[in-house]
Amino acid sequence: MTMFSSRNWREYPQRYRLEASKFKKSGKTYFPPRAVDPETSDTVQEKVVLPDTGKIVTYTVIRTAPGMWADNAPYALAIAELTDGTRLMAQVADCDVNEVKIGMEIRIEFRRIQTESHHGVLSYGYKFVPKWY
Amino acid sequence: MRNVCVVGVGMSKWGEVWRKSLRGLFVDAALEAVKNSGVDHLDSLYVGCMASGPFVSQEHLGALMADYLGMPGLPAMRVESACASGGMAFRLAFLEVAGGFSDIVMASGVEKMTDCSGDDATAALAMAADQEYEVFNGATFPGLYALMATAHMAKYGTTREMLSAIAVKNHKNGAKNPVAQYPFEITMEGVEKSVMIADPLHILDCSPITDGAAAVIVTTEEIAKKLGKPYIKVLGSGVGTDTIQLAQRADMTAIKAATIAAERAFKMAGKTIKDVQFAEVHDCFTIAELVVLESLGIYEKGKAGPAILAGETALDGKFPVNTSGGLKSKGHPVGATGVAQVVEVYKQLTGQAENGRQMPGSPKIGMTQNMGGSGASSVVHILEVT
Amino acid sequence: MAGIVGYGAHLPRHRIKVEEIAKVWGADAPSYKKGLMLREKSVPPPDMDTITLAVEAAKNALKRSGGVNPADIGAIYIGSESHPYAVKPSGTTVAEAIGATPDIHCADFEFACKAGSEAMFVALSHVDSGNMKYALAIAADTSQGAPSDALEFSAAAGAGAFIMGKDNLIADCLFTHSYMTDMPDFWRREHQFYPQHGGRFTGEEAYFATTKGASNAILKKSGKKPSDFAYAVFHQPNGKFPQRVAKELGFTQEQIDPGWLAPRLGNTYSGASPIGLTATLDVAKPGDLIFMCSYGSGAGSDSFIWKVTERIDEVRDLAVKTHKLLDENLIYVDYGTYAKFRHKIKMND
Repeated sequence: MTMFSSRNWREYPQRYRLEASKFKKSGKTYFPPRAVDPETSDTVQEKVVLPDTGKIVTYTVIRTAPGMWADNAPYALAIAELTDGTRLMAQVADCDVNEVKIGMEIRIEFRRIQTESHHGVLSYGYKFVPKWY
Repeated sequence: MRNVCVVGVGMSKWGEVWRKSLRGLFVDAALEAVKNSGVDHLDSLYVGCMASGPFVSQEHLGALMADYLGMPGLPAMRVESACASGGMAFRLAFLEVAGGFSDIVMASGVEKMTDCSGDDATAALAMAADQEYEVFNGATFPGLYALMATAHMAKYGTTREMLSAIAVKNHKNGAKNPVAQYPFEITMEGVEKSVMIADPLHILDCSPITDGAAAVIVTTEEIAKKLGKPYIKVLGSGVGTDTIQLAQRADMTAIKAATIAAERAFKMAGKTIKDVQFAEVHDCFTIAELVVLESLGIYEKGKAGPAILAGETALDGKFPVNTSGGLKSKGHPVGATGVAQVVEVYKQLTGQAENGRQMPGSPKIGMTQNMGGSGASSVVHILEVT
Repeated sequence: MAGIVGYGAHLPRHRIKVEEIAKVWGADAPSYKKGLMLREKSVPPPDMDTITLAVEAAKNALKRSGGVNPADIGAIYIGSESHPYAVKPSGTTVAEAIGATPDIHCADFEFACKAGSEAMFVALSHVDSGNMKYALAIAADTSQGAPSDALEFSAAAGAGAFIMGKDNLIADCLFTHSYMTDMPDFWRREHQFYPQHGGRFTGEEAYFATTKGASNAILKKSGKKPSDFAYAVFHQPNGKFPQRVAKELGFTQEQIDPGWLAPRLGNTYSGASPIGLTATLDVAKPGDLIFMCSYGSGAGSDSFIWKVTERIDEVRDLAVKTHKLLDENLIYVDYGTYAKFRHKIKMND
């Protein structure tokens, strides 16, 4: 499926810099940012940047993947809870997919996420990598 | 609010139906429902469909289906809530009749999934997830449910065996369903040895890609009685939603949208889960059936797996689940699934389930649970035979 | 003069051994290992490229910068022969990722293996002239060597990043000198995937003559002799060349050791001497003089004399050290995986 360049460009603050919204009333952080806090209906918020380390809370290994992901399979996909409690989903790179575990410490790295054929736009974003240093 | 009934049901052939198009599948199911109900006209039509655009490049299904049903001029509308589209179409038909705006409404669902490549079908289904924050990062649908399965296994000690038992049980039921896509039994060993799709889910934990349609006639109790055909009553209807992203849910081992939908449906029905004798639930993956049974309150958290292993949800068990074979064996033409669930409950309540699939004890109340995406939307109906 | 206020590196974890490549092509692994002093090289996985390596190296440089606000960085220059796009800058992506947009000047440099030091040279000049407070120079490459070519045994990936400024320096740049002539020793034509080279012609008349030209000139300019330096870093297309040029110029093995990465890293092209400098800074002491000379085919060398300040002791542990990335937790791949990672397999698309 074509990823128009405008669509990726719009998400740069989140994908490149992990920008999130923190609401004043609840103190809760949402990634990606949202206009309204689902808990309090608050709209007063500040921009925060997520920490770049955390732990895996659940994971899978995608063994059969469609289209542009097919060449990458198998790859690990996980939800991690960052040190501030925010959760997000990303692939786990640079590891043996069979060694991914709940509780594994991860670091977020800037990676190429999608490559649209040989002539399309390159999409960058975040992946988890094992936190080994 | 008027009492609302389901009076006639119909289903097309389900499976890889190479000789039928999107509209052809719909027309087969719709004509059968009209014939079985004995109605001489419709006041309106709802068509549940998730992704006819990506699958076959066809949108505008309301007009298309009314036209090919031979009823141009009929008020008709397409309803979309991912894999819950069919259940939502049924709910809208129910609301329209209950509210007194129409007397005879068809609720239908259809999906033509095999006219595109497997890759394209997978991509189309993934449109139910968050494109920017799940699919962009490599999530697939089996992947999302696999993430739930891993979390459920870690939290409650759910085992491979429990998941396999769900697939085995549904295939056992589906083997007796004349419309099922895969009407044969499978073994526990077969599930475990089947190819891994997204750990811990094997291919036999997953529902298939299916072409198919289903339709039911929704009308008033008064008309249903006059038609002289077996009918069932809609006691309650409820819808719930949740965060589109799995990562943002407080509990990834439950489907909160299903819990909310059930609460609302039971409140409307004036019943509790204890009044229900069987259910058709959304087993797009084995883990989904397990999690849904817990989210509906049929079992406590962590208790569904052992109960399934003990045979409690089998056709002759304490609380039969997916007597139709479920999405797993019957097939999962996504937009049609929610309507087909109503078809199965209708058959069980009216004693018309085929080939020895009829559950024992003349059940009085059954329920359906249909959901979209990784459970971001869910719709529940409580149905009764009087 | 201007100097370095923050530095950082990034390397892939994946490696392929010389023997693994040699066995595919029937090449003589011992001759590569002894003759060129190459044991293994880094391999970027498919989700890593010059831009992603540059971003991670830049983040490490920021960690060691003592709190430089990315918005105060006036320029980002990336030197690479493997910019992911033929048309569309790498620098703007890095600028966006570290939060340095929009009041910034970005340019992508290309000068074979010298593009990285070129970025350093221009960044220093901007800061020195007062055009801007900080400038970020990045040397990054995911180099390609044609299958079975000698270059395949060395072409590697990695990045080094340097935030240049005037205050709060880690290393003061005392002197620079650039030395170039037109030299057809190595090239890649437009639309070609792999570079070509002049074989042994790339040695004496190219690498050695140019490196010595720039090195001798800066020594003369500064009035210093090799023994005045604690360390020296040279461009390292293999393990042998920098070792030989160092010896011929009068530097010792001990002086080049910390930044002599090629035997285990391979040739990171634009990244080679800059990454060597990061590894050297990781072990340098206040007051140390560091000699650096890059080489890029075509041909030219940029030479630098750095004087390490007291601040090195405060910052070296604020980000991962280069030798940790070089030596620990490596993932060895076979040739098939390497070929897949590097898009050397013809796909049906």
